Amino acid sequence: MTSVADGGPVLEAAGLTVHYPVHRGPIGGRVVHALDDVTLTLHPGRIVAVVGESGSGKSTLARVLAMAQQPTAGSVRLSGQEVRLRSRRARREYASRVQLVLQDPFSSLNPLHRVRYLLARPLALHAGVRAEAELDRRIRGLLERVALTPAERFIDAYPHELSGGQRQRVAIARALAVRPDVILGDELVSMLDVSMRLEILNLLSGLRDEERLAMLYITHDIAAARYFTDEIAVMYAGEIVEYGPSEPVTQAPAHPYTKLLIGSSPDPGREPALDGDDDDLGEPPDLVAPPAGCRFHPRCPFVMAHCRVSAPPRVDVDAGRWARCWLLVDEVEPTPRQTT
Amino acid sequence: MNGDLLLDVDGLCVQYDMPGGAPLLAVSDVSFTLRRGEILGIAGESGSGKTTLITALLRLQRPPAVTVAGRARFFPRDGEPLDLLHADARTLRRLRWERIAVVFQSAMNALNPVQRLSSQFVDAVRAHRRLSKAEARRRAERMFELVGIPAGRMRDYPHELSGGMRQRATIALALVCEPDVVVMDEPTTAVDVVMQRQILRQIARLQREAGFAIIFITHDLSLLLEISHRIAIMYGGRIVESAPALALHRDPRHRYTVGLRDSFPPLRGPVPQLLGIPGTPPDLRRPLPGCSFAPRCAHSTADCEATVPPLQTEAERVYACIHPHRQAVEVQP
Repeated sequence: MTSVADGGPVLEAAGLTVHYPVHRGPIGGRVVHALDDVTLTLHPGRIVAVVGESGSGKSTLARVLAMAQQPTAGSVRLSGQEVRLRSRRARREYASRVQLVLQDPFSSLNPLHRVRYLLARPLALHAGVRAEAELDRRIRGLLERVALTPAERFIDAYPHELSGGQRQRVAIARALAVRPDVILGDELVSMLDVSMRLEILNLLSGLRDEERLAMLYITHDIAAARYFTDEIAVMYAGEIVEYGPSEPVTQAPAHPYTKLLIGSSPDPGREPALDGDDDDLGEPPDLVAPPAGCRFHPRCPFVMAHCRVSAPPRVDVDAGRWARCWLLVDEVEPTPRQTT
Repeated sequence: MNGDLLLDVDGLCVQYDMPGGAPLLAVSDVSFTLRRGEILGIAGESGSGKTTLITALLRLQRPPAVTVAGRARFFPRDGEPLDLLHADARTLRRLRWERIAVVFQSAMNALNPVQRLSSQFVDAVRAHRRLSKAEARRRAERMFELVGIPAGRMRDYPHELSGGMRQRATIALALVCEPDVVVMDEPTTAVDVVMQRQILRQIARLQREAGFAIIFITHDLSLLLEISHRIAIMYGGRIVESAPALALHRDPRHRYTVGLRDSFPPLRGPVPQLLGIPGTPPDLRRPLPGCSFAPRCAHSTADCEATVPPLQTEAERVYACIHPHRQAVEVQP
């Protein structure tokens, strides 16, 4: 994986696999391949975006990295130590270093408590702050870090008195309260109005630059990922199909799926916009019985015979970038799609 | 697209009666026109009044929403214009589906989960056309194929289709009686970008072929810029700017339109530092005497806060701003 000059990785996932067993119904006894052999590294002061369609495994990846869920296989290392959460204490210690922020600030904040209480809980539980005056000082500091100022206006508010963007800031402040090294953000802005999203994205890039936090940012919006993240991992059907620095991944995508994703995203500058023929662009595969070989092959315009039988290897494309695609393997000549 | 006038909405006001308080004006003095074959996009964020506007127009609103002023004249191909806001139930029943159809955001809720798709389609067709069951079924099958679903899937129940197919099925259902106008309320919000692109292309093609008009509502301005001929921007219950799509993108007048446009990070070209729009959306429970965008606007003056800016007309556009933006940008090819 990419090595950075400024220190080693903080969180490393290797070979993460999650198979959900199906207990009943016509497919009972089989498994859903939610995540297959995902390897990913987070460094301090860098944001990695995970981009993909619904069902691609993005949220499962975040849940496993947050240890909210056990992987079927694979390991997670925090600062080089393999993570094994056997006790409550170990769980709490892990949570004080790796924090998950969820998509919906309308349901992730307890509506019965004021902002003060919501932020005091993690301070008391993880940082052991109990003295009233110190708590108050720390809570105000947190509100300032997420630009909820003046703090007096927000500290005694209930979640329903805040806008969506303000609530999401409270959720981020709550994650910051434990002084984590890593923040995992799952679709942090997708529930917010468009005009409020950038403030949150700019807040996250500020935290990266000033406090050197490592972040995983899950999104379906590849333009937003390009705007503020350092690297992009493109997921398809539970696998990472392309990984690399954000600019090359979005400007010269190597994997046909990345191309499809970018070509499908709204882009007002593009012309002609919708005059193209409406070919069937296909849909993500059944994850109970994923396609043999490359999982993207049924939708791929460049599919070749052996794409249907063997899974493509990880191929280096350029600096820090790789993709899983047979087109990138030199020995294999691409042939046009067979019409059946 | 420069067809005859199809819909002329004038001075529409909708309020929500609040228990023990002053009513909340959710849509204020909204006027627009729609021509035959035109695609009108309405963009606005949550609470801007876009869905309230549409439910009032279609007479689908429920209390506490009440239409308190305005008219919406609909011009049928044959016959006298009529006011949708005052039409009786019988007239509405004849118009709906036949002349005016709707596609809602949630396809799962728009389809009956315990009926096969074929019977839902046959019911809809036969409620409006004198056709035999077999003829109605053939017509439905044709519509299915037009939206790219194999006719064999008509025997399925809605839950057996994927999300994208369900949304396409609701579009087919809306089009099955060949309406003059289709209102689409966030029809692609619940699907992924690739499916969204596919649905938009299909809508664009069907529209070119059948020539119906579309009112397309969404919070996603970048998507509207691609599909619409004309775009109206709503803020705080009003249309604050309306212009041809290209003009609105390259050379907007209203400061809110500028802020909204610049809230979408570009997919190509340089990556500028974007700021979004500071502040929070207006609280309609506490209406302001002046421009509802003034508290978030870097260019507002005392005049903006004193009275609601009047709509100004300039060539093909209207806008309600007394310090309009005038700086066209060249969009990267």
